[in-house]
Amino acid sequence: MTHLDPQLVWAFSGVLGVLVLSTAIGVALKFAVKKPEAQATIHNLNTRIAAWWVMSAIFGLTMVVGQIGSLVLFGMMSLLALREYVTLLPTRRADHRTLFWSFFIFTPLQYLLIGIHWYGMFTLLIPVYAFLFVPTRLVLAGDTESFLQRASTIQWGLMVCVYCLSYAPALLMLKIPGYAPDAKLLLYLVLVDQLSDVLQYVWGKLLGKHKIAPLISPNKTWEGFLGGVLTATLIGAALWWMTPFRTWVAAIVSLTIALMGFAGGLTMSAIKRDRGVKDYGTLIKGHGGILDRMDSMCFAAPIFFHIVRYFYVR
Amino acid sequence: MRPNLVAGLIAGTIAAAARLISGVQVRWVDSDPDPRPAVYFANHSSHLDFVVLWSSLPAEVRTRARPVAAQDYWSSGLRRALAVNVFRAVLIARHTGKAESDSEPADPRLAIEQMLEAMGENESLILFPEGTRGTGEEVAPFKSGLYYLCQRRPGLRLIPAYLNNLNRILPKGEFLPVPFISKLTFGPELTLEAGESKPAFLARAREAVCKLKDLG
Repeated sequence: MTHLDPQLVWAFSGVLGVLVLSTAIGVALKFAVKKPEAQATIHNLNTRIAAWWVMSAIFGLTMVVGQIGSLVLFGMMSLLALREYVTLLPTRRADHRTLFWSFFIFTPLQYLLIGIHWYGMFTLLIPVYAFLFVPTRLVLAGDTESFLQRASTIQWGLMVCVYCLSYAPALLMLKIPGYAPDAKLLLYLVLVDQLSDVLQYVWGKLLGKHKIAPLISPNKTWEGFLGGVLTATLIGAALWWMTPFRTWVAAIVSLTIALMGFAGGLTMSAIKRDRGVKDYGTLIKGHGGILDRMDSMCFAAPIFFHIVRYFYVR
Repeated sequence: MRPNLVAGLIAGTIAAAARLISGVQVRWVDSDPDPRPAVYFANHSSHLDFVVLWSSLPAEVRTRARPVAAQDYWSSGLRRALAVNVFRAVLIARHTGKAESDSEPADPRLAIEQMLEAMGENESLILFPEGTRGTGEEVAPFKSGLYYLCQRRPGLRLIPAYLNNLNRILPKGEFLPVPFISKLTFGPELTLEAGESKPAFLARAREAVCKLKDLG
């Protein structure tokens, strides 16, 4: 058990408050709305809120456990995300052993390296070692059909689902002068990133008219994007007290998280559209799969980590 | 603890583990789980096929569903203990002798008798009529067993099922599984019609499985 930071407790109380409030709004809407098509939206909203309770509880519990808890949680999410990803993409019989290595050697190793704070190797394992290992192992399997496509599919999956996502719990190994080394930064990233997603959804539902990318993500609108990114930036700035940033820096960092998250959501959607599916999975009721929920995080986490490390770690 | 209670606990644990590893999404299309006796038959591409299909049945159906399996594969040690005590498998001899190469194929009529006896009045069977595992791309022509079973037991309900992606999780010739999300689709029941010929019936049964594949 780590010592519970009062700021962490404050932040979590905030999350709890928002959950209670949204649950109340969801229940009120359920009784207020009569139109059948609107009822479907409200039903989906309430399913999503229920899933948020579960996700917040799981995340909260792992934070109390400490670094190991976060590593196990994100490691599991990487495995589940990678599973959703490879299920959707064409693989061949000859990819089997390479995939086995990706799931059961590279993924655990990546999180182990964070656990033992081996920063240099953590940044190299997948972009260098796995990058070279994957095509080599595929060559040994002896099937040249769509070779480059198969190799890059696996490399890309490892990069997004494992490497990029692992930057979130890697925040716990940063030592920032004058700032308690605990899970606050990870919580901050998760809060701003996920709030940006949620607020884009909410603003989109309330005011959304002009579609941003109708072919890729039919539900994303300019109104939702601007409203969501702006409010997430403001909330991120207002949460400066739990970070090592000043208020205006917190605003810029939050804006970056929100924009990267948007890029992640759109990119991962493009893959879904290409493969002709709506969601990556069905694990989280109302949301889809892990990758539908964490797509924004995969893009936001590495950049957030780099900003913090570059400017705040001496 | 009573032995069948232990076997039940083990069975429940294996079923939960199989669902977790295979991430299986189960759908019943124009059909509902029903504990009445039936033969569940599906395409075959992986050693995991049986355990995933079996674990996807609701508990009241599962406890009465017995897999039909090749004796030579399940003949030793832990596998045999599991097959006999937990899954209550109906073990069919594929060959008369011990070695596959130097003996004649076993009498198929004997296998039918064994299956009928195992079903009794209340039990169901899980059967893979292709007879052997394929690559997962095509469904091979069905062996005749399904037809003879129906002939011997008029009105026997047959439930087709299609297992998707199990060949990617554990393909033929591999011993370590890779996690993929698999899908299992059960279809509407069918029965042998009066006067239906063996080839026509087997083709229709195979078609029922293939149709579920096309549902995606």
